[in-house]
Amino acid sequence: MKNGISRLSTISGLMIFSSVVYGQGAENASSFYTNLLIGTLGFVVIAVLLQLTDNLLLIEAKKTGADKTGRNFSIFPTIGEIFKKRLPARLAGEQVVRLDKGHDILVEGESVETIDSKVKANTFAVQPPNYNGIKPIPKLVVQVGDSVKAGDELFYDKQNPDLKFVAPVSGEVIALNRKEKRAIKEVVILADKKQEFRTLPSIDLEESSREDLMAFMMEYGAFGMIRQRPYNVVVDHTVIPSNIFISTFDSAPLAPNLNFVIKGKEAAFAQGLKVLSKLTSGQVHLGLDGKSENSPSPAFVEAEGVEKTYFYGAHPAGNVGIQIHHTAPINANDTVWTLDVQAVATIGSMVADSKFDASRLVAIGGAVDNPTYANTYIGANIGELLKDNVSIEKPRYISGDVLSGEQKQTEEFLNIFDDQISVVKEGDYYEMFGWLLPLSPRPSISNTFPNFLFRDHKFEVDTNTHGENRAFVVTGQYEKVLPMDIYPQHLLKSILVNDYERMEGLGLLEVVEEDLALCEFVCTSKQPIQKILREGLNTLREQ
Amino acid sequence: MDNGLIKFLKKIEPSKDKKMLHTLFDGFFTFAFTPNETTKNGVHLRDGMDLKRTMIHVVIALQLCYLFGTYNIGHQHFYALGEFTGLFDGFHLKLTHGLVKMLPIFVVANVVGLAIEFFYAAKKGHPIEEGYIVTGALIPLIMPPDLPLWILAMSIVFAVILGKEAFGGTGMNIWNIALLARVFVFFAYPTTISGDDVWISGIAKEGITYSTEYTMVHGWLDNLFSSFGWSVFGEGGVVIDGFSGATPLSLAVSGGWEAVTSQFTVSQMWWGLIPGSIGETCKPFIIFGALFLIITGIASWRVMLSMAIGCAVTGMLLNGWGATEYMDIPWYYHFYMGSFLFAMAFMATDPVTAASTNTGKWIYGFMAGMVGLIIRVINPAYPEGWMLAILFMNTLAPTIDFYVLDANMKRRARRAQVAA
Repeated sequence: MKNGISRLSTISGLMIFSSVVYGQGAENASSFYTNLLIGTLGFVVIAVLLQLTDNLLLIEAKKTGADKTGRNFSIFPTIGEIFKKRLPARLAGEQVVRLDKGHDILVEGESVETIDSKVKANTFAVQPPNYNGIKPIPKLVVQVGDSVKAGDELFYDKQNPDLKFVAPVSGEVIALNRKEKRAIKEVVILADKKQEFRTLPSIDLEESSREDLMAFMMEYGAFGMIRQRPYNVVVDHTVIPSNIFISTFDSAPLAPNLNFVIKGKEAAFAQGLKVLSKLTSGQVHLGLDGKSENSPSPAFVEAEGVEKTYFYGAHPAGNVGIQIHHTAPINANDTVWTLDVQAVATIGSMVADSKFDASRLVAIGGAVDNPTYANTYIGANIGELLKDNVSIEKPRYISGDVLSGEQKQTEEFLNIFDDQISVVKEGDYYEMFGWLLPLSPRPSISNTFPNFLFRDHKFEVDTNTHGENRAFVVTGQYEKVLPMDIYPQHLLKSILVNDYERMEGLGLLEVVEEDLALCEFVCTSKQPIQKILREGLNTLREQ
Repeated sequence: MDNGLIKFLKKIEPSKDKKMLHTLFDGFFTFAFTPNETTKNGVHLRDGMDLKRTMIHVVIALQLCYLFGTYNIGHQHFYALGEFTGLFDGFHLKLTHGLVKMLPIFVVANVVGLAIEFFYAAKKGHPIEEGYIVTGALIPLIMPPDLPLWILAMSIVFAVILGKEAFGGTGMNIWNIALLARVFVFFAYPTTISGDDVWISGIAKEGITYSTEYTMVHGWLDNLFSSFGWSVFGEGGVVIDGFSGATPLSLAVSGGWEAVTSQFTVSQMWWGLIPGSIGETCKPFIIFGALFLIITGIASWRVMLSMAIGCAVTGMLLNGWGATEYMDIPWYYHFYMGSFLFAMAFMATDPVTAASTNTGKWIYGFMAGMVGLIIRVINPAYPEGWMLAILFMNTLAPTIDFYVLDANMKRRARRAQVAA
């Protein structure tokens, strides 16, 4: 019982009060019993009244179904209601999940909400390694020198020829870059000045069946933007997903504001949701930001035909994995799809406008001169987007956020699922007694740093590890930043010893790398947690 | 300046083929400088916290215990002699006597332990891990002041090699290393760590009479002090009549709370002006250290709180039973006697050997508090219970965690069943 403590203290308060009542009259023996009786009676009457009111309220809440929202309808408040911060008023009556664990890393260089029209990329790439679960050498249908339109097929996976991967822009294929063992790293396209779109067949959403819709989406590249959990892999089109999840806010450091990103794409987003809701046997779930002062974009708040849940908490509250865990957790044999809001808009425009519109607003943040947003397409070249914007000496370019993004060179490209570039300083310096007396402020969840006094301080971060790799020693630190019913340290140990049963039992199927990224950040022993996790996911998937 | 120094140090760095030298160099180098390692893929930022910083904060939390423990060695010595009975009387004598006892113990504990640590790190070819920083700070505080140094060294060799290195080093051990060292002394050389005669330093018992035992160092100090015109150790006084050297715990065994209070006042026990292991006596300073650890988040408040609850509940139960005089000691006085608080703050909270799940920590702490008090009160063979109770719970901790994790797995399986 969540409100047990307040219930207990109310009752015991009453008991003390009633004992005072009889204590006052206890001077002579004759009135002692009278007062005792009055005191006890008073206690009983008030206690019964309270309990009765409480029960009536609960019954009423059950009748109307309001208790399903998880809110407390008893007259006894829970500890949370007494001590925790009040939820914003806009959340009244909504389904809210409150996440107490987590940590927001404040990093200097958040993108200003303007679109800098001067920032342009000319080359784009589709990168097969972005897709977990396809063969390293997919079957290419284009060659260097071919010109393609946006939405034209580029390659398909040999195991699954029906699933097509398409060009985000129109232009000329100028390179097929390979990695070791001839695996294809990227298919590079030099974009036309004026974008041309392949005309997709029109499809009537009301009339068409799920099969028609699936065939349409597979053929014209929509599944290049959707990932399937568990394992975060390319969609298996033979399985109907039990739910589809979309997070409408990104809580990672320097993440783009999706309310800003979706501006102008509201109609396409709504259309996309309609398409998706026809593809699942369950619901399309939208995770909304409950923490910010302002209400999220109307595109999210007023979305129709979807299940909306607000999440109130620090990072990783915006991670779709956390949201799945608190709305409809993934069980064994479950399959769910996840995608981001801009992908939903692209899918919407495929149906509404019959074109593959892969435009993306990308946040450029961190140690850049001008943190801003750029209007570009999927897979844009990093160096071109950052042209004349980086003046620090040793920059590291990251496709994605600083917790789970991938390090890139300027000639490389944004990963397909990423809508932000983070730039941070390389931290390859020695620091004298840095472990004992750090000279510069650095983000940390530990109270051994005075960070808790400067809660709003934005850190200038670098990539120094601030210590060496060690065995697991400290316990309980991961749990502080992971708002899930999972024991991360034990999960990781079960992966290290290859114990399949425990891996699955302890919830490996519910997490992907980004969900445990914050655990890796806080790890005192500097363990490569995301790497271990991916190995575990791969071995379990092979099983 | 830093750069020049680092260049020079990198130049003289022994090659990796010379395992021993390289490990030694690496140990000192990473102590002086946080290395220039950067993150790979995965997270690109790392928290400023590392194992060295974690460990050093425990050592910082122990500093007041060190200060007081050292001084109390001297104070107890003179108190037994009936000289300088006021706390600050004969300050220089008490402090120097404490240091004469304390420094060798500290040096031996750390030199022996670190040498073993370095040796194994070099042998295995991995960097020196920081675990011994805390162990080396804890061991001197839980030993009696007169412990022969060779026994101390033996106990550390035993604890570090068999207790830690045999299991794979820092982070892999099952039992708390500092307590293993103590338990070794306790069972292998019981006369040096139990009974009434070991808790007050510098006093030897011959037959039934006590006499002071001063070393050469005391003589040198006397020369120094007399040149200042200060009071000196001299030949040592005569031990006062009725002196027994007994700790509150051994008094409690023989005569309950009455016997304890006939020798010590409650405030004496609270402030730690009683005989005992070096660092365990002063309660306010231990509580300060415990709060420091809780506020910085280094040690688990769950373990501490549940252990205190476990001890209190057991104390109340024993009060209710009341079969012996010892059981009748009011439960709250158990916090004043013996080393409960020290064990709670610094021993039970060792993250490697305690339960590793949050639920497990509640159970682990509670049971440690319970078992410890039962040993203290009911088992007359052992005057104090925390060492054995914590080692016992260390053994059980993986089992507790197993059931907590098992519950988590069952919860997940049941959820899947409901959904299906």
